[in-house]
Amino acid sequence: MTDLSYLDGNMLDGPLRELFAVDLSDATGRCESCGLVGPLAGLRVFAHAPGLVARCPRCTEVMLRLVRSPDRAWLDLRGTTFLQVPMPLDLPRPD
Amino acid sequence: MAGPAGGGPLTWRVARLVERRVETPTAQTLVLAVPGWPGHLPGQHVDVRLTAADGYQAARSYSLAAPADGDRIALTVQRVPDGEVSPYLTDVYAEGDPVEVRGPVGGWFVWRTDEPAPVLLVAGGSGVVPLMAMIRARRAAGSRTPFRLVYSVRSPTDAIYADELRRRTRDDLGLDVAYVYTRAAPEGWRGEPHRIGLADLNTHGWPPDLEPRCYVCGPTGFVETVADLLVGLGHPTRRVRTERFGPTG
Ligand SMILES: Cc1cc2nc3c(=O)[nH]c(=O)nc-3n(C[C@H](O)[C@H](O)[C@H](O)COP(=O)(O)OP(=O)(O)OC[C@H]3O[C@@H](n4cnc5c(N)ncnc54)[C@H](O)[C@@H]3O)c2cc1C
Ligand SMILES: [Zn+2]
Repeated sequence: MTDLSYLDGNMLDGPLRELFAVDLSDATGRCESCGLVGPLAGLRVFAHAPGLVARCPRCTEVMLRLVRSPDRAWLDLRGTTFLQVPMPLDLPRPD
Repeated sequence: MAGPAGGGPLTWRVARLVERRVETPTAQTLVLAVPGWPGHLPGQHVDVRLTAADGYQAARSYSLAAPADGDRIALTVQRVPDGEVSPYLTDVYAEGDPVEVRGPVGGWFVWRTDEPAPVLLVAGGSGVVPLMAMIRARRAAGSRTPFRLVYSVRSPTDAIYADELRRRTRDDLGLDVAYVYTRAAPEGWRGEPHRIGLADLNTHGWPPDLEPRCYVCGPTGFVETVADLLVGLGHPTRRVRTERFGPTG
């Protein structure tokens, strides 16, 4: 591992909250390429690519790509088989 | 749940600088007033966004350095030479000036005051910021959870919060702090300057048998090294939580 220019998946929480009504910080995902199931926070995020590119920590395949321009967002999840998001029963109201 | 932020999309709020504290020659704490701030958990961060006169925008993440105090939040910013955002925040940004802030975000790298497991904190450079929020929250909650901080810095003058940490190891029962110096060690420190290694974590950490929670924060290379060492020592990966701040080591 020579390229250490990545961040953790938990840095995606802010950018993804622009798109989703729920907080994804406890979400788990399955890598389409190697089958690893793990927290979104554990992904490796490359932030200097065009947009944000999140790779599987085991096989390094791209699991998620988010590109934001002033008037749109483009989310590519093709490397992810599923995202599982805990939905607590008593969600506090958005402020 | 990420905490008090709740669900729903995040909005940018206008924050203003109310106080600035010099921590080291290159790091400063900025206290911001953020009207409507919903509160946060120790370990969470905010995104800070600057807008230039021509409309160009730059956003970066900064950890929350202390528990919320009403609508006040504290960030500690380490100046990165040639950086776009951090030199502005440390050198130009003045009292009363606006910045935009979004958060709190990050529900993974958090410590909750009711968690009973012992805690190992390992910081490299400015990586001490979210860990300090945990130490301060522990104190504020009157928690007795045993905490150990291993803090890697280049030299004694680079240690952020050094005075407060000295005070807290004396006054907050059950908090230990050990330093690792990479370039220059103070008089009387045992050993030579070195990069953090197995022996440091073995000596100043908790044995895996105690099932501690480990929080590792700093530059990406540092976090990578420490997380690998901890897993090598027998700590299960799910109990080793990381926050990478970005390039260099
Ligand atoms: C979740 C999270 C929390 C963070 N919390 C804090 C915090 O509490 N305090 C803090 O000071 N920083 C923190 N950071 C880092 C911060 O977001 C910025 O990366 C940093 O301030 C540099 O931004 P810049 O615009 O000044 O530099 P840039 O213009 O982004 O980069 C300039 C040069 O510095 C390098 N660089 C980028 N980031 C860093 C870095 N972190 N360290 C060293 N070199 C770097 C770049 O590769 C480039 O060569 C955090 C990052 C993340 C992801
Ligand atoms: Zn994979």
